[in-house]
Amino acid sequence: MSVMAFDKALQSFEPVLGLETHVELGTESKMFCGCATGFGEPPNTQVCPTCLAFPGALPVANEAAIEATIRIGLALNCSIAEWCRFARKNYFYPDMPKNYQISQYDEPLCSDGYLDVEVGGRTFRVEIERVHLEEDTGKSTHVGGATGRIHGADYSIVDYNRAGIPLVEIVTKPITGTGELAPEVAKAYGIELREIMRSLGVSDVRMDQGSMRFDVNVSLNKPGEPWGTRTETKNVNSFRSVERSVRGEIERQAYLLSEGGKITQETRHFHEDTGTTTPGRSKEEAQDYRYFPDPDLVPIAPDVAWVESLRASLPELPRVKRLRLREEWGVSEHDMESMTNAGAVDLVEATIAAGAPAADARKWWMGELARRANESGTALADLAITPADVARVTELVASGALNDKLARAALEGILAGEGTADEVVAKRGLQIADEGELAGIIEQVLADNADAAEKVRSGKVAAVGALVGAVMKLSRGKADAGRARELILEKLGVS
Amino acid sequence: MSLIHKTAAELGALVAAGEVSAEEIAAAHLDRIEATEPKVNAFLHVDREVTLEQARQVDARIRAGEKLGPLAGVPIAHKDIFATRDMPTTAASKILEGWRPPYDATVTARLRAAGLVILGKTNLDEFAMGSSTENSAYGVTRNPWDLSRIPGGSSGGSSAAVAAYQAPLSTGTDTGGSIRQPAAVTGIVGMKPTYGGSSRYGLIAFASSLDTPGPFARNVHDAALLHEAFSGYDPMDSTSIDAPVPSVVAATQQADVSGMRIGVVKEFGGEGYQPGVLARFNEAVKLLESLGAEIVEVSCPTFGTALPAYYLIAPSECSSNLARFDAMRYGLRVGDDGTRSAEEVMALTRAAGFGPEVKRRIMLGTYALSSGYYDAYYGQAQKVRTLIARDFENAYQRVDVLISPTTPTTAFAIGERADDPMAMYLADLCTIPSNLAGNAAISVPCGLADEDNLPVGLQIMAPVLGDDRCYRVGAALEKAFEARWGGPLLKEAPAL
Amino acid sequence: MSAITRDEVAHLAKLSRLALTDDELDHYATQLDVIIGSVAKVAEVAAEDVPPSSHALPLTNVFRADEVRQSLTPQQALANAPAVEDDRFKVPRILGEEE
Repeated sequence: MSVMAFDKALQSFEPVLGLETHVELGTESKMFCGCATGFGEPPNTQVCPTCLAFPGALPVANEAAIEATIRIGLALNCSIAEWCRFARKNYFYPDMPKNYQISQYDEPLCSDGYLDVEVGGRTFRVEIERVHLEEDTGKSTHVGGATGRIHGADYSIVDYNRAGIPLVEIVTKPITGTGELAPEVAKAYGIELREIMRSLGVSDVRMDQGSMRFDVNVSLNKPGEPWGTRTETKNVNSFRSVERSVRGEIERQAYLLSEGGKITQETRHFHEDTGTTTPGRSKEEAQDYRYFPDPDLVPIAPDVAWVESLRASLPELPRVKRLRLREEWGVSEHDMESMTNAGAVDLVEATIAAGAPAADARKWWMGELARRANESGTALADLAITPADVARVTELVASGALNDKLARAALEGILAGEGTADEVVAKRGLQIADEGELAGIIEQVLADNADAAEKVRSGKVAAVGALVGAVMKLSRGKADAGRARELILEKLGVS
Repeated sequence: MSLIHKTAAELGALVAAGEVSAEEIAAAHLDRIEATEPKVNAFLHVDREVTLEQARQVDARIRAGEKLGPLAGVPIAHKDIFATRDMPTTAASKILEGWRPPYDATVTARLRAAGLVILGKTNLDEFAMGSSTENSAYGVTRNPWDLSRIPGGSSGGSSAAVAAYQAPLSTGTDTGGSIRQPAAVTGIVGMKPTYGGSSRYGLIAFASSLDTPGPFARNVHDAALLHEAFSGYDPMDSTSIDAPVPSVVAATQQADVSGMRIGVVKEFGGEGYQPGVLARFNEAVKLLESLGAEIVEVSCPTFGTALPAYYLIAPSECSSNLARFDAMRYGLRVGDDGTRSAEEVMALTRAAGFGPEVKRRIMLGTYALSSGYYDAYYGQAQKVRTLIARDFENAYQRVDVLISPTTPTTAFAIGERADDPMAMYLADLCTIPSNLAGNAAISVPCGLADEDNLPVGLQIMAPVLGDDRCYRVGAALEKAFEARWGGPLLKEAPAL
Repeated sequence: MSAITRDEVAHLAKLSRLALTDDELDHYATQLDVIIGSVAKVAEVAAEDVPPSSHALPLTNVFRADEVRQSLTPQQALANAPAVEDDRFKVPRILGEEE
């Protein structure tokens, strides 16, 4: 597919973005029935007459989901509707048992808010059009055919465990003026939303499990001209993909437009492997969802006292908290942004609360632990280690009981489920070699590396590094490198 | 008198006194069903053993000292639109043939809890769409008064079963008149409670904002006993009213209209009404006046638009409610030959599984909700709905209840209106306003039309949660009529 | 002028997932035309300032507590299914994409 280089595209065009975000709420039970909401349970074990749309079954709205939606709206500076209704969105699809989705149409629970996000030292205000509540669909597995994808499959099998899980949809107004920062702004918005969901405790926001997913709208226009035709890229399931899909779509549209082509208003699909989008099956005609107020459910009319009590229950919001913590921890905006992106802020905060110095807490979470999370493809928060564990390791380092290398081994042991920091240290025998032991090792090293020792003696002090390395190796990491260097130099009469 | 001719209250008393067992009563009614079904065809499903087993369990509960209420041991015919665990539930549609629900409707569960014994599931117009029970996928039900005529609809199996002494009680659902009109044309009592007064959970939905379960009986008091047995708040139905059930049984014992103000709806009458129906209605008005009621003529100007508003709102909701019948999770599946897509199989199944009236209404509703038409049709109909509720509010400021004929004509002949949907729809002319406003309304017999010697019904409408007023006026009228007739109207019906 | 054309009825049938034959389309087109012509009478009521009623009664805020209730077993859930595979509902191949 032909594209125009991103930088060049931005010289000719201004992008307009729009993001629709679906967040599965972490309620105990489903939106309209009492079925549990677990992920990865055996198929069709969390289903009942209501969420299977058996004849005669009726929905009753989950109060906790309504409250969570109002809290999200308040956190996004929205106004809360005084009176609104659920509406039925009618279309046939085997994933959707009733063949209509209970959603909200022209009466969302929350509307007209905003969210500020920071990119490269600039603050962008993303305006929120609406926040509404709806229900998730079941999950189809496509069987047969070459690809295991929907096209070419012989048939499908459907599990309705997910059907009816409450889903909040957050829709932005068109986001303009981001220029070449468009992909980063889109990503930062997504991350900021996730942080808000986490701080509110309304969702586990697991991208890998689909509990947060994005639809990304992009259009381009020449400066001073009206907005262009937009495309919508569906089900973008990671922050990196949000960024790449915006970038890719800008490059694709810019090429098309510069060649005199037209953008088709269409749904597109993002491909993780190539970072590009391809068009969905074009619809013969615009969908007619025949929205109408759901007669099975009565209107929601949140009174002022209820809304205010929910407002009062809001936690310190992530951005406010970050500003406070930056102050307290004395870190740069860039470092704070990295911690936010890595989902490390709360972990670092908890580690500090458990007694670790701020710099150490940040160093371990953003260094060794981030690396391990990355390797295993899990979120930092899902690593099998607690902030208290990390705090204990930093304490052991500070007291001189461990060096950095041993500390890494201790973390590895904790992650491997070998026990607490102290248990791992004991089991693995992680301790710095004492003076006597160290002296013996140095003796051995100097004997084995007579050439290097001679170089140092003759004044090439830099060569001492090789000797320290040999000491570390022979001690299997247990030596204190600094002390070893001192002792070697002393021994060789250089100091 | 044989067990089948006794009232529900009498049967309940016999069981409570230990004089007759629930099993004996059930057996007597099952015998009657067996003998008369070839003529009437009121039931879609009867399973003698399942019913007798239910009856034996009720007898056991009574022996164990359980307090079960006045209808324990009384048999009932149950409209086949309520989910039942132990019997198939089809809504008289091919698309649900053989469906076995894994749950009971709330109404079903409450019948069981009160010790009623379910004799079987009764016939209806498919998905309750119709006024004659001719739209059933499983054959027509015949009116016990004249087997060439319709028993009303949609709850025609339930009205026929009670009129044919197959059951002393039955359940129905009323969306536009589906209890009151069948009651009227079979000479029995049928009540549409206040919307939200009886639970819709487990009732296969036709039009959710209108559907209301209610009782049929051969007299007003029995209807009230059944009303109290299954009504009341249900947390499984969001539109259920969280308030005590009006004291309808006590109201039937009051049976006194002196000092009540009764409004006659001016708009119901005249052209399109059978003279014999109007004659009996006018006599009833005079009778009420003679009983001490004050009769007031009341105008409800928007009622004339109730029928078109209803035929937009009900089909709109139905088009969405019936979307779930798609051949994926239950019910009929047609054309799945391994090559066709889910979309094709859905469309083939729905074409094969739904009858013509259901398809008409689905398409009509789809049309009314379509973009471009929504405001002119569905939206405008909702505004008319508001105006109709206001007409009622204004009327109830002047009167305690409103009365009208239940339906413009007596039972028409089977086949007479089958190809003319608009003529069929007129049967609900007088009953629809109460559905749109959520009011309570009852139909009680008021005699036979001179032209055809067929029953005429009188409708009594009362405000939301004024169900007791319907029963109070109905009981007073029944008492006065029975004194005049020398017994219930149904004794005039020919033997089957 | 007719209230609804045959093409519109064909479109409605498609939206409603009803595979109708040509004869049926003709038949329903005639009937729906009459019915729509009749129900269009609602337009004659002056109701500009009247609020629409979507419900029979003005109830609001009916909720349930966020509590888990017993689900069906997979056997109960699947008992009436036309086809089953691996405890899932087996359905013909799906053409359209998810919304």
